[in-house]
Amino acid sequence: MQWETVIGLEVHVQLATRSKIFSGASTAFGAEPNTQACAVDLGLPGVLPVLNEQAVAMAVQFGLAIHAEIPEVSVFDRKNYFYPDLPKGYQTSQMYHPIVGPGEVEITLEDGSTRTIRVHHAHLEEDAGKSLHESFSDGMGHAMTGIDLNRAGTPLLEIVSEPDMRSAKEAAAYLKAIHSIVTYLGISDGNMAEGSMRCDVNVSVRPRGQETFGTRAEIKNVNSFRFVERAIEFEVERQIELIEDGGEVVQETRLYDPERDETRSMRTKEEANDYRYFPCPDLLPVVLDGAYVDHLRETLPELPADKRARFQDGLGLSAYDAGVLSASREMAEYFEAVKDACGDAKQAANWVQGELSGALNREGLAIGDSPVSARQLGELITRVMDDTINGKAAKQVFQALWNGQGESADAVIEAKGLKQVTDTAAIEAMIDQVIADSPAQVAQYRDAEPDKRGKMIGYFVGQVMKASRGTANPQQVNALLKEKLDALC
Amino acid sequence: MHDKTLTELAAGLAAGEFTSRELTEHLLARIERLDGTLNSFITVTAEQALAAADAADAARARGEAGALTGVPVAIKDLFCTEGVLTTAGSRMLADFVSPYDATVVERLKAAGTVSLGKLNLDEFAMGSSNENSAFGAVKNPWDSRAVPGGSSGGSAAAVAAGLAPAAMGTDTGGSIRQPAAFCGITGLKPTYGRVSRWGIIAYASSLDQAGPMARSAADCALLMNAIAGHDHRDSTSVARGVPDYTEELAAPLAGLKIGLPREYFGDGLAPEVEAAVREAVKVYESLGATVREVSLPHTHYAIPAYYVIAPAEASSNLSRYDGVRFGHRCKNPSDLIDLYKRSRAEGFGEEVKRRILIGTHTLSEGFFDAYYKKAQQVRRLIRQDFLDAFEEVDVLMGPASPTPAFDLGANKDPVAMYLQDIYTIAVNLAGIPGISVPAGFAGGRPVGLQILGTHFAEPRLLNVAHQFQQATDWHLRRPELAEETA
Repeated sequence: MQWETVIGLEVHVQLATRSKIFSGASTAFGAEPNTQACAVDLGLPGVLPVLNEQAVAMAVQFGLAIHAEIPEVSVFDRKNYFYPDLPKGYQTSQMYHPIVGPGEVEITLEDGSTRTIRVHHAHLEEDAGKSLHESFSDGMGHAMTGIDLNRAGTPLLEIVSEPDMRSAKEAAAYLKAIHSIVTYLGISDGNMAEGSMRCDVNVSVRPRGQETFGTRAEIKNVNSFRFVERAIEFEVERQIELIEDGGEVVQETRLYDPERDETRSMRTKEEANDYRYFPCPDLLPVVLDGAYVDHLRETLPELPADKRARFQDGLGLSAYDAGVLSASREMAEYFEAVKDACGDAKQAANWVQGELSGALNREGLAIGDSPVSARQLGELITRVMDDTINGKAAKQVFQALWNGQGESADAVIEAKGLKQVTDTAAIEAMIDQVIADSPAQVAQYRDAEPDKRGKMIGYFVGQVMKASRGTANPQQVNALLKEKLDALC
Repeated sequence: MHDKTLTELAAGLAAGEFTSRELTEHLLARIERLDGTLNSFITVTAEQALAAADAADAARARGEAGALTGVPVAIKDLFCTEGVLTTAGSRMLADFVSPYDATVVERLKAAGTVSLGKLNLDEFAMGSSNENSAFGAVKNPWDSRAVPGGSSGGSAAAVAAGLAPAAMGTDTGGSIRQPAAFCGITGLKPTYGRVSRWGIIAYASSLDQAGPMARSAADCALLMNAIAGHDHRDSTSVARGVPDYTEELAAPLAGLKIGLPREYFGDGLAPEVEAAVREAVKVYESLGATVREVSLPHTHYAIPAYYVIAPAEASSNLSRYDGVRFGHRCKNPSDLIDLYKRSRAEGFGEEVKRRILIGTHTLSEGFFDAYYKKAQQVRRLIRQDFLDAFEEVDVLMGPASPTPAFDLGANKDPVAMYLQDIYTIAVNLAGIPGISVPAGFAGGRPVGLQILGTHFAEPRLLNVAHQFQQATDWHLRRPELAEETA
């Protein structure tokens, strides 16, 4: 039987606010446990939440970026359940009236084709703390669990898609598109390793052609693009095998274990909590007036899809180049700075995707950490374009800049004497010397059939370039050599 | 000294008739002598009180005294007080020392008042008799067989007994007004949002409101000046200018339109209570007010609606008491579930558990629409009843409670106890202000007249109450405490 996979994603994006969603405590990552949890985060008796306006603005910006409806009124609800890292015994979230209504996200697949994935809604909520099950004991050998509430109250935007994806690749592309949007907007650092973006994946399978959905499993807390693909692939295979063996998929929550590359059952529907949602009486409904939303709309930065279109149509880049260079805000900003510095989009695109990306990949660096600044790279390209240096020297200059051996391309060119020699007399002098030093090769050249001589000239070019320490203009060397050697024949 | 009103004490301090230290020492001695049987205090903060009194006297000597500098007050033990035990009347928080002050406490400190300590209450403010306290019942100073009312029973008893000239209470369904009525003092429940809830241990967040309990309306006005106003830490507190609550006290009442809700004079109202209230209304007529009957047609739905909404919010608000971070933790839990179950079973009293169960049930899947949603619809109708009535009249008047204080142990049935709050509960659902003033006696126990106004009409309520207290002396009556006569 032919099977079709149906996937929906719930992506949790940690918003890059300075303070928590309902308290003034800092959201910075990596502090000592429980040093960034104030009375509100600890859920002490008598404390009250105050909504962080920055979190609201960020959520609305996201909504606008995916062309979503922005309801005038949204309401915070309490999701009630007991867990040690949930200090109040409830999570403040938005169940019935989310801040962002239906919208859509365009994804680009590896073959360059695009698809639109519908977003059901996006809502604001607070994160819980962390339970630390390792390396704690009570001193008498009993294992204990530590609770770190630094993360408690960190603002999250949960983006819930429709079940529109049909393959693991599409799911990964969707996650990348969300990542790209939130980092473009600057509303999240998008750092998946630190948990700034996590997702729950709903997966089901159905015979191709069938309308109704199969029973779904929810895979919790997947935190990388790669794991999303692998978790889905494993889960799809598990479900198909199960059904083909005469079994039935049960609705349940599963966990993906990256080390064993498998999903495991966590709890079934029967064990699910009744969360007893009700409107949080400590928070007023959020009412957004039109002027506020309009202001946010007007101040939205250029988004990935628009940028890709401009790179392609306005700058004349290929679809592929435009896609790669607009994939992240940092990449696009770097590329545009290089382009502005050298004035040539194609050269800038070649260098950023070629020499620079190669070096970054070798050292595992992100573009934001590049030792060569966009200004330096732009200047280097300028020097190639105005024939100050040749291509070979340009690679040397790039390497020197990468290694921090010079403030600018010009400084490196100067220090290393890489300025291209274009003076005909100087080149001729070097050629004459090479010819004088290579009587055997000259004789061979002279004796060869005229149509074989073209290949033999390479030796002389090499010698001349060597004599000039690479600085002679290769085109001039070629032309002058041919002239002089042919005169000897 | 202990018979004086807050207004008189403030004047005495200002005139140098006595110092805050003398006054504070006098009251602390009285608490020491009399509260053993009354049980109105859970914690007496004698040391801090004397230090605050000395600081107040020093401020006065420097010419830096405000209206309330050096005036002693006491605080319901539902308000968080930094460095002081804050129990909510519960075993759950029997050892909880708050690391911060509630906004009301902070503002009272800033006004220079001297806190004598923390007052007894029904556990987590759930009750109408103060019998639900983990720290024992409070006795009514007028009759030691009677309850003081609840949940701010300790506050009412302490003021009535002359242990503190004024106290802070909270009112979720009548918890200021009913005990004020039972103990013969004046208690104001402000408009929802007028006084910050920051630092008040939550019972039912959409209904809880703090207010003053004192010997006169003028005293309440002085305290309102200190505690009212917007607080950025409480999103439900209203950003609206705060008037000087003493300013309108003296305004004449000629032309005042009084409405008597038909539904507040029906079955179950004790005849003596009704007689006292109708007498009080006559006093108003003599002051130039006109009286007419009005209707609040949804009154009978107030108690059922309240007992859906309040327990629902409470069930969620009280989830944080789980034995993990603070509060009571059971001994030797076998696992997480055992820790939760036993910590909460041991830490909470019977009435609190009952309301958590009710609230958990009404919010459950399949019941939410029938209970919680319906109750919210009823709540809107009840609010509209009041708004309609205030189109016709300036204030509403009626009894604060259908009976005077009942005997300790007399109301064993929880539902019968809930029905005690029939005249007070709708006010919280509507969010409007209400005040209870002493208006006579029934069988030797005080009767309270309740006066209601529209949202933010506190200045008017205080004016109407004050004018009554200029014309009558019910608020000046003091109980004879058995220990004093002995």
